[in-house]
Amino acid sequence: MSTDNKAMGRKHHFAHHFRSAEHEYESAKQGIWLFMATEILMFGAIFAAYAIFHSLYPSMFAEGASHLDWRMGFINTCVLLVSSWTMAMAIQSLQSGKGKNAAPYLIVTLLCGAGFMVIKYLEYTHKFHLGLYPGKWFTYEGAQHSNLALYFSFYFVMSGLHGIHVLLGMGLITWVLIRTMRGEFDEHYYTPVEGVGIFWHIIDLIWIYLFPILYLIG
Amino acid sequence: MAAHVQTGKNYINEFAGLKSWLCSLDHKRIGVMYAIAVGIFFLVGGIFALLLRTELFSAGPTIMGANTYNQVMTYHGAVMVFMVIIPGIPAVLGNFFLPLHIGAKDVAFPRLNLLSWYVFMAGSILAISTLFTSKIDTGWTFYTPYSIRTSTATVTMVVAAFIMGISSILTGLNFIATTHTLRAPGMTMGRIPLFVWALYSTSILQVLATPVLGITLLLLVAERTLGIGIFDAALGGDPVLFQHFFWFYSHPAVYIMILPAMGIISEVITTFSRKTIFGYTAIAYSSLGIAAVSFFVWGHHMYVSGQSEIANVIFSALTILVGVPTAIKMFNWTATLYRGSIQFTTPMLYALGFLFLFAIGGVTGIMLALIGLDVHFHDTYFVVAHFHYVMVGGVLMALMSGMFYWLPKMSGKMYQESWARISFVFTFIGFNVTFFPQFILGSMGMPRRYFDYLPMYESLNRISTIGSYMIGFGFVVGLITVIRAIYSGPPAPANPWGGKTLEWTVASPPPHHNFDVEPVITAGPYEYR
Repeated sequence: MSTDNKAMGRKHHFAHHFRSAEHEYESAKQGIWLFMATEILMFGAIFAAYAIFHSLYPSMFAEGASHLDWRMGFINTCVLLVSSWTMAMAIQSLQSGKGKNAAPYLIVTLLCGAGFMVIKYLEYTHKFHLGLYPGKWFTYEGAQHSNLALYFSFYFVMSGLHGIHVLLGMGLITWVLIRTMRGEFDEHYYTPVEGVGIFWHIIDLIWIYLFPILYLIG
Repeated sequence: MAAHVQTGKNYINEFAGLKSWLCSLDHKRIGVMYAIAVGIFFLVGGIFALLLRTELFSAGPTIMGANTYNQVMTYHGAVMVFMVIIPGIPAVLGNFFLPLHIGAKDVAFPRLNLLSWYVFMAGSILAISTLFTSKIDTGWTFYTPYSIRTSTATVTMVVAAFIMGISSILTGLNFIATTHTLRAPGMTMGRIPLFVWALYSTSILQVLATPVLGITLLLLVAERTLGIGIFDAALGGDPVLFQHFFWFYSHPAVYIMILPAMGIISEVITTFSRKTIFGYTAIAYSSLGIAAVSFFVWGHHMYVSGQSEIANVIFSALTILVGVPTAIKMFNWTATLYRGSIQFTTPMLYALGFLFLFAIGGVTGIMLALIGLDVHFHDTYFVVAHFHYVMVGGVLMALMSGMFYWLPKMSGKMYQESWARISFVFTFIGFNVTFFPQFILGSMGMPRRYFDYLPMYESLNRISTIGSYMIGFGFVVGLITVIRAIYSGPPAPANPWGGKTLEWTVASPPPHHNFDVEPVITAGPYEYR
């Protein structure tokens, strides 16, 4: 095995049950995509629940959306889109042998993730201030629909679950960033970065759907 | 292989010490670790079952009151479903034999495989821990609104089920990637053993269905801790939505349980008929067919939950459709037996027992799929009997068949045939004595889940309870036979049954790296005659 690696000039030692580094890479990528399928189905169920209740109470959901600030949501959408681009560029730099550029791109991605969470924090605290809590904690006085609390249950559960995934993604990016700075990745081996990248894009994609159905339905 | 026979090195003795097991990335060792854990949980779940049956021996409270009964019933269900039957075949026998079957050295992600064992153990221990805090009484289905209101440790149990779900997802994901990418040269998808096809179909279900259970359980936790109200009618939500979400996972989950069992039956029947399996392609694709249809039948659990009649009709038709790929399998197995040179070894006896019991379980399933009949049978012992004919008569019979079939390979020891047959006779007869009366009880209207019943049901309940002791005895004999074989059985040859799949080409027990030389496959898996 090690002689194969030397012949091909690579540092990465693939695990013993694979035939080659490419073989290992292909398997790992399948694993990541299968994991993404589970993420999509997990969010899929709550999107389905949203669709059911939205079709039952469209005007209540419209009232709920009017309490959100679409500008904040729009800024966050842009922030995540930029972070997806920098993530892609980090992988692209590794693939094309310009591994030195990868770390700065990853740092920008991480900062975008943090920026997203800060904006989310501001939005949440504002809602809490007004008493727009989920379910039984809802204390807002001026609601036109008696079941407006349900909208905020969906808002907090959906954006909260998404936010947890952003935090997880930031943790994973930190992990590959450290390994990138240690010089563990190059054009022959960057599987973890690509895996984390796929995860990050999926989180971004989920937000692309969350933004209109939570903020723009009014 | 020859080198290993000389040195006597195999996966069991190559490394020594507890740590070498707990940190092992070897799929075979992880399979054995799962076997020990699942075996212990099976005993726990079985004891709960015997307690339930003992209470039901006579009308009126005997050994426990109503609340205790509800708790024991919940733990019997939750332990058996989440900790025994779902992980049973894939995580134990699948882990051990999937790589051997396709000529691989290991699964695609060995570290993930070990992680899934630890995640499973963490979830199981958390679930068991509720026995010592505040025993839950919701039933294993955690139906709202009761699960929101009960003061018991529902959150802990639900989190435990969520954690075990993660383990199930990781195993499924690992198996799919392994089947796709690690097949030996020449091992095309048309040549993989049918057990692998079954595991593959199961894994698809595990990966696609379990996340929906995951979010459902998370929403239930949020319901209890944050009061979000999505499942609570008082806050504008809908408790029936929980049932929809729950069964969107839990109906495919019963196929997660039965498909690998069917895979074992395919292996055992062809080996002990000394005959090429009849309809390889049909059996392989019917596994995928069952997996596909299983996503669209969940509504048959809710015929009486206020579902629209149109939905009922559609779900009823789709449910009946499941009978088609299932019957394809049954007929192909029967056709394999036809004019085969049948050997009545213990695994084969269990497999034949499976065919008999699963046929009854399957046909009563079609009865329950019919809306008119289901309204009568809903929540009666008829459903309990059907479910146990499929899950115990089906899955556990197949698991026992597989355990005895592969015990020589896994342990390197032969078991004693006479004792193993006694175990089969007691489980098979005991099973029918236990559950057949429950069909009659159910059709007479005896409701399920209650700790008491009207005196008119007493005689059949007594028969049922006596049968459950016979099953218990049969399983204990089986367990003792297995343990005795492991400690003092005679050494097993590499291929005691004359099997044709790849695991029989390596030593018993297999060497650490499975194959000394990567096998090259030039023919199908069952080239008998």
